[in-house]
Amino acid sequence: MRLESHPIVDFKRGKEVTIYFNGKPVKAYEGESVAAALYAAGVRVFSRSFRFHRPRGFFCAIGKCSQCMMEVNGVPNVRTCKIYVKDGMQIRTQNSIPDAENDALAIFDKIIDTVFPHGSHYKKFNRSAKLREFATKQMRKLAGFGNPPKSVPDVDAEYEIIETDVAVIGGGPGGMSAAIHAGKYGARVIVMDENPFLGGQLVKQTHRFFGSAKERAGTRGIKIAKILEEELLSYDNVEVRKETKVFGVYGNEVAAVEKDRKLLRVKAKKIVIATGAYERTLIFENNDLPGVYGAGGVQTLMNVYGIKPGERGLIIGSGNVGLILTYQLLQAGVDVAAIVEAMPRVGGYFVHAAKVRRLGVPIYTRHTIVRAVGNKRVEGAVVAQLDDRWQPVPGTEKKFDVDFICVAVGLSPAHELLYHVKAQMKFVPELGGLVPLRTKYNETSVEGIYVAGDVAGIEEATAAIMEGRIAGLHAAMSLGYGGEDVKKELEEAVKDIEAFRAGPFGERICHGLEKCTLEKEVSL
Amino acid sequence: MSNYLERGYLEREDLPPFPPEERLTSGKPVAYIECVQPIPCSPCYESCRFDAIQMDNINDPPKLDYEKCTGCMACIRVCPGLAIFMLQIKDGKGYVTIQYEFLPWLQKGDRVKLYNRKGEEVGEGTVTWALNPERNDRTQLVTIEMNKDLIYEVRAVRKR
Repeated sequence: MRLESHPIVDFKRGKEVTIYFNGKPVKAYEGESVAAALYAAGVRVFSRSFRFHRPRGFFCAIGKCSQCMMEVNGVPNVRTCKIYVKDGMQIRTQNSIPDAENDALAIFDKIIDTVFPHGSHYKKFNRSAKLREFATKQMRKLAGFGNPPKSVPDVDAEYEIIETDVAVIGGGPGGMSAAIHAGKYGARVIVMDENPFLGGQLVKQTHRFFGSAKERAGTRGIKIAKILEEELLSYDNVEVRKETKVFGVYGNEVAAVEKDRKLLRVKAKKIVIATGAYERTLIFENNDLPGVYGAGGVQTLMNVYGIKPGERGLIIGSGNVGLILTYQLLQAGVDVAAIVEAMPRVGGYFVHAAKVRRLGVPIYTRHTIVRAVGNKRVEGAVVAQLDDRWQPVPGTEKKFDVDFICVAVGLSPAHELLYHVKAQMKFVPELGGLVPLRTKYNETSVEGIYVAGDVAGIEEATAAIMEGRIAGLHAAMSLGYGGEDVKKELEEAVKDIEAFRAGPFGERICHGLEKCTLEKEVSL
Repeated sequence: MSNYLERGYLEREDLPPFPPEERLTSGKPVAYIECVQPIPCSPCYESCRFDAIQMDNINDPPKLDYEKCTGCMACIRVCPGLAIFMLQIKDGKGYVTIQYEFLPWLQKGDRVKLYNRKGEEVGEGTVTWALNPERNDRTQLVTIEMNKDLIYEVRAVRKR
C-alpha cells in the first residue's frame, strides 16, 4: 500500500519502528501518523460509533473530525491522525468487544435501530427529569466513552509566558504570510501550529498553482510551503512553535499547549487567527462506512505519507479539490471510476476538468451519490441522475465497483477561536458558512484580532497568502512599525487581492464579502 | 454560451483558431493554448518574452499571436493547467509536445497510445524528444510523432 515511487514527490521515510494495534505488531516509519501507519497495514475500521457501534474509518486526516479516535498508550480519545508513531506504542480501539473490526455488540444494531430510530433520543424519556436522568445514565453505560484512567494523572505541567507584538495562530499559507509581512517591518511575531510542520494544507498540494508570477503561479504548492517557511525563518524576530495547539484566546492572551506537555501563555498586542477550515460531509446512505473519506484526507494519506488510499475510487464533487485530487490519484496509480457533480456543470477550473477527462475519467454532472455499498468497508457506490428539483430520477441508478469514495463538497471555516474573542459572526453561504465580520484590512469587529485564509471565508491558498499579507501589514502598521513603506505596501496588497477576485470565479467571493465587510474606517 | 463545462472537454467550436498551415510547417513548433475560461492565472503571459500572448488582465483568457510565437516553449513549461500544446508539421508528419507528469517517465523512442480530449484512444505515436523531468520541476515535456491530422486531436498519451 505504500508508494515506492511517485512522479512528483519523493517520500522520505524515517526509521522503521513497531507499534502495537490491539496487541498485534504493525510495521511503521517514524514521521508517520498512527492513522496513516495503520491504514498502510490494511486497518480500515478505526472506531465504532458510540450509539450503534457502526464501523468508522478515518475521514479528514487533519485532526478536525473525530472518526479516528483510539486509545494510545492508555490515553483514550486520541485523534490518531494527529499523533505520530513511536517504537512500542500501544494502540487500542474503543467501545468495542473484542475490537472495532469485529464488535460483538454490533449484533444488536438492527434491534436498537428498530427501538431507537435515528433522532429518537431527542424525544424518548424526556417527560420527567428523573426518568431522563436514569435513561441517559443507562445509555451512557451502553455507549461508553472509551476507558478513561481511573484517576487524574499526577503530572506537573511546565508553564511559559511569552510576550510579543503579534501572535499568529496557524502556520498555513495565511498564517505564514501574515507573520512574514508583520515580521519584515520589525514586529516581534510568534507563529503557532498544531502540526510538526509548517505549510498547513499546502504540504499535500503537489500541483502547480494558478495566479500571477508575483504569487508564485506555476510553482507547486509543496514548494510554496517551503519558500514561505524559508522566508519566515529568515527573520530573527519571528519565532515558530510547532506541535503547539492553541485551545483558547482570552482577550489579548493566547493559551496553547506545546508538544502535549508544556503550557504557553502568549500575551500579544495583535492576534491573527488563521485556523483554516474543516472538510464538509454529504448526507447519503452509509456515508459513515470506512472507505468514505474527505478529499483532503485522501490527499494527506497519499501525498504526505505516500500511502495508496485504495485501488479504485469515486469522487463526489467537481470543484477544484475534487478535480485536482482525481489527477493526483491517477498520478499515484489509483483508478478513478468517475467524478459525480450535482450541479449542471463542472464547479472548478475547466482546465483541471480537461486534464482528467482526457485521461479517461468520466464526469457526471447533474448526478449524485445515492448510497455507499458494503458491510464493514466500501465495496461500491450507487449514483443517480438528478432532476430539475435535485431529486434522484428513478431508474437512472448506476453502480460503480470502488473501494473508496472521496467527498469533495467543500469546506467550512474553523471558527471556534473567533467565538472566544466574541467577534461578530455572520452566516455567509458564499464564503462557506459562519465567518467573522472584518474590515478590508482583515481586522475583525474586535480590535487587534485579525483573520486570514479559509477561516475568513473559503477560497484557496493564493488568496490566503494575500489576505495574510494584508493582516500582517496592518497589524505591524497599527503597532507603529514600518512608517510610510508599510502603508504603501498595504495599499498595494489591497489592490492586488481586488484584481485577483475581479474575474467570474471571484464574483461569488466578492458577493459574500459585501455582506460581511465592516465599514470601520481605519486611518492609514 | 458553449456547454464545455457540462462535458469537461472542448469541442471544435470552443477551440481557438488553429495556427495557419504555413506556420505549422515553418520549421519551428507553435504554441496552441486551450484555455478558454476566465480564471485568475497569468504565468504563460508573464513567461513570454516575445509578446505573443495577450491578456488584458489576470482573469482574461490568453490569446496567442501565431506570427509572434517563436516556439521557445517558455509558456508550456509553466502552465499550471497543462493547457498549452506545441504543434508542428514536418516532412508530412505531425508533432505534438505536451506536459507529462506520470510514471514511468517517457524516453525517446517509446511507443505511446494517443488519447483525444474525451479520453478516447485515437492511435499510436512515438516519442521523439523527452525533457528530463528534473529540469522542469518534474513536469516532463514530451514530443510525440503522429499522423499529421491527429495534432488537433491528441491531448494525452500513456505508455503502452
